[in-house]
Amino acid sequence: MIDRVRPHLVINERLIFEHSSPGKVAYQLPVLDVPAVDPAEALGTESVRAEIEDFPEVSEVEVVRHYARLSTWNYSLNTGMYPLGSCTMKYNPRVNELVARIEELAWAHPYQPEALAQGSMEIMSRLETALAEITGMDAVTLEPAAGAHGELTAILLIRAALARRGNPRKKILIPDSAHGTNPASAAIGGYAVENIKSNDAGMLDVAALEQIVNEDVAALMVTNPNTLGVFEEHIIRVAEILHAKGAFLYMDGANMNALMGIARPGDFGVDALHLNLHKTFSTPHGGGGPGAGPVAVKKTLEPFLPVPRLKQSGKKWAYDYKRKHSIGRLRAFYGNFGVMVRALAYILAHGGPGLRKVTLDAVLNANYIRKHLEPFYELPYQSPSMHEVVFSDHRQAQKGVHTGEIAKRLIDYGFHPYTVSFPLIVHGALMIEPTETETKRELDRFIQAMTAIAEEVDRDPQLVKTAPHATGTSRVDEVAAARKPVLRWKPA
Amino acid sequence: MRYLPKSDSERRQMLDAIGAGSLEELFAHLPEAVRLQRPLDLPLGISEYEIVRYFRERAAQNASGYASFLGAGVYYHFRPVLVENVVARGEFLTSYTPYQAEISQGTLTTIFEFQTMICQLTGTDVANASMYDGSTAMAEAAMMAVRATGKGRVLVARSVHPEYREVLRTYAANQGMPVEEFGYLPEMGTLDAEDLERKIDDLTAAVIVQSPNFFGAVDRVREAAEVAHRRGALLILVFTEAVSLGLLQPPAEADIVAGELQSFAIPPSYGGPFVGIIATRDRFVRQMPGRLVGQTVDTRGNRAFCLTLATREQHIRREKATSNICTNQALLALMASVFMTVYGKEGLRELAAQNLSKAHYLASKLKPRFCGKFFNEFVAQVQGKTLDQMNKALLKKKIIGGLPLQRFYPELENCVLLCATEMSRRADMDAVAEAFA
Amino acid sequence: MYPENLRYTKEHEWIRVEGDIGAIGVTDHAQQELGDIVYVDLPKPGTQVEQGKTMGSVESVKAVSDIYAPVSGEVLEVNGALAEAPEKLNQDPHGEAWLVKIRLSAPSEIDKLLSAADYQNYIGAEK
Repeated sequence: MIDRVRPHLVINERLIFEHSSPGKVAYQLPVLDVPAVDPAEALGTESVRAEIEDFPEVSEVEVVRHYARLSTWNYSLNTGMYPLGSCTMKYNPRVNELVARIEELAWAHPYQPEALAQGSMEIMSRLETALAEITGMDAVTLEPAAGAHGELTAILLIRAALARRGNPRKKILIPDSAHGTNPASAAIGGYAVENIKSNDAGMLDVAALEQIVNEDVAALMVTNPNTLGVFEEHIIRVAEILHAKGAFLYMDGANMNALMGIARPGDFGVDALHLNLHKTFSTPHGGGGPGAGPVAVKKTLEPFLPVPRLKQSGKKWAYDYKRKHSIGRLRAFYGNFGVMVRALAYILAHGGPGLRKVTLDAVLNANYIRKHLEPFYELPYQSPSMHEVVFSDHRQAQKGVHTGEIAKRLIDYGFHPYTVSFPLIVHGALMIEPTETETKRELDRFIQAMTAIAEEVDRDPQLVKTAPHATGTSRVDEVAAARKPVLRWKPA
Repeated sequence: MRYLPKSDSERRQMLDAIGAGSLEELFAHLPEAVRLQRPLDLPLGISEYEIVRYFRERAAQNASGYASFLGAGVYYHFRPVLVENVVARGEFLTSYTPYQAEISQGTLTTIFEFQTMICQLTGTDVANASMYDGSTAMAEAAMMAVRATGKGRVLVARSVHPEYREVLRTYAANQGMPVEEFGYLPEMGTLDAEDLERKIDDLTAAVIVQSPNFFGAVDRVREAAEVAHRRGALLILVFTEAVSLGLLQPPAEADIVAGELQSFAIPPSYGGPFVGIIATRDRFVRQMPGRLVGQTVDTRGNRAFCLTLATREQHIRREKATSNICTNQALLALMASVFMTVYGKEGLRELAAQNLSKAHYLASKLKPRFCGKFFNEFVAQVQGKTLDQMNKALLKKKIIGGLPLQRFYPELENCVLLCATEMSRRADMDAVAEAFA
Repeated sequence: MYPENLRYTKEHEWIRVEGDIGAIGVTDHAQQELGDIVYVDLPKPGTQVEQGKTMGSVESVKAVSDIYAPVSGEVLEVNGALAEAPEKLNQDPHGEAWLVKIRLSAPSEIDKLLSAADYQNYIGAEK
């Protein structure tokens, strides 16, 4: 049976401010058990504010309905597949949510005495050890709050190591297929960025790299598998070229889902990499965060890791703040602990063999999609696909239909779009990553939808160009939003 | 493996379709030398029951059933039930960043409301969709000031959270952005404006102050702003205790406000994940880091929202972006939004007033080290015994006392930072007072 | 399409010179490639710009394009209308939507720029 386009659910709802009426409340505080203090007296009249102008005044029922209604306007992993390349939108196990909410973990204060935080510290240590094993690295810091934050951390580590050798060097090499965060992170680390072109196979050009790498190069930031979903087959040679000139090899671990139990960055010459716990290790995206971006390094970079470090003192865990070569702190406290709990729960659930099965199925799913969509969409690079596959809109563009429009039409078929127009080296890219947690049935539905759209492009391009048609909100005017920005509500 | 939704026969069908003999064959192109030749050295996977048990056992190694007077950037406030009710909805929990506006209006609308409430609360024109946390928000605010002024030097008050200052130094280290500190008044615990005056120069891009500051004192933001503006620097106001904004008016002189919203229904969670904010004046909007949601219309003419002004961001501008930040903390911003909505105009003020009263009750029983005005935290000095002795005595009563300050401020020997909130009970505060006596 | 009285750069700017004053803009080709223009970032009057160096940028919703100074000189005047109505760059790129006027400091630099015919050939070849 073919699933047809059906309208999405829509329930009207206003902004919360538009529900306000003076005096309505949704809270009640306990009766104060100490004498009330006069704010003006305690804080000074000049410091005490008048009322918070236009702040909401609503009832409990309205709060519940407001958010429940808004929630129906969201697509989510709960309701369907997200074939978003590079984003690894996999199922978020619910037990992870439960354990992250255990009172003594969720309500632990970062400054409570170490003796009363041994459980949290043990969890962090266990996660560090597991991530080091999965990546083949020597040490892990859990402090970075997100992937880009991890990239910055790694760049600072490399800089510190080079500076200690006497010269921090000048530039970072980045392939043209890289995520935008890579060059942005390198820039904050104080480096110039030199882009390097991929070859016809969608891989690093080893001969060209050999020409470029010199004593000015601090590191190469590589994503492996890269953003085309292609494994950099010459990665060991790449590492040798860099190491021969005293430079480091950094790996963006966004695509670790393709490697678990199969190959380890530490074994193929990587000196530092970041992981995205919210990708590979299943913590929910929450509409854009929180994530966590631990960084794993080889021994040479370990002395420079951010403070504090966990250390064992007798049978107890303690923090080591006195590390003279450390790059310092990347954020207050110890990192996104709540995200770490979820990631460790995920790793415990799978175990070693289970993680390998994750990778096998992730790669199986991507290749299944590739096989079925290849007759309909142009495949610009023929190299074998790992966990994702990148097509181009080359054929559809002849009919005037582009990747962004095909993506919008996919919404009508009940799917979130794939990643649009990335990587930049593929003109009109359709970047598809199904992850391992989709059923065969869901993949078949996706393939049917994509083939149906390819056929619609031939028959009725206008239908695709004006999509989506089945959503409560039709195509939004992003140009108007950017020309005359309205970034907050104001009373009429 | 229970999270892998395929049978072996389905895998077989898929492999047949691909034309591969086995799953391993899909990896045949990987050079032998890169392959892991052994299984990962991790235990076998465990059941849901065992996972829950493992974490409960770890939880049992943490403090359980203690009253706590810790603050210092992370605060114990009651978390309204509705917060969990909203964020547990899969539509919010498991959705992606709202790049596809047509199917993300739920998240986009909540972020737009979040931006609005942050502006109302901080008295600013524009707020972004959130940052990782307060400490990184402060560092990003400093970088923003550098862009906006074309100058490089940053002056930060020593009364700003010590770990925030450490983060600032890490970020600034390689950006040609010298960071220097100015002191606090030893009696007041508020910033030393004369020291600031001595250290500021015409190359200073930003002056960073926190209020209530790390010692809990309402700091002299206006004085600092006056000095900063006279030398063409921006004033960055930092806050870690968002509940204080229920009573305290953020000075209009602040050019950028950077803060932490953990107090708004984010569990302390041993230090994260939290949610930071950056709010500012209209004229600096294009220098802001992070995501922004804007209002627009759809083709049917209905109000709709979308991510906007994205050309500032890394995925477009790459190495010239205003920041490398990619994620925001949408789910935590949502928690904060629900909290702000539940308490609302009246409630946030009353909540802040309760915090003020509790902390002043506790302070009345002790002798605060500083004589400045304070909100819900203050510094107290132990006399006639060591801090260690006192805190141990309190732990026996199942009370976690304040944070010893000497680690951050060598001059504050035997001093603790104590915090009381609406959750602090009178009996526990009396016990703390007793331990001090 | 491309007026004969303008000179062009390979980075898709144009300049119209009268005496020692030059009005600078971006070409029709550039605005087409960018799509709906939403914002223009321009140097302040008094700024010295240098031939071939960036002097500002033009933005669409999802792209930013740097503007390179076709010649060196001092910025005299900025087209303020574009702040309110950046869409003019899509509507009349070679006319009403000029970006800045500069006083040329090295008028001979003009000789290095492309004629209308050369520019048309250049963008033809680029496609």
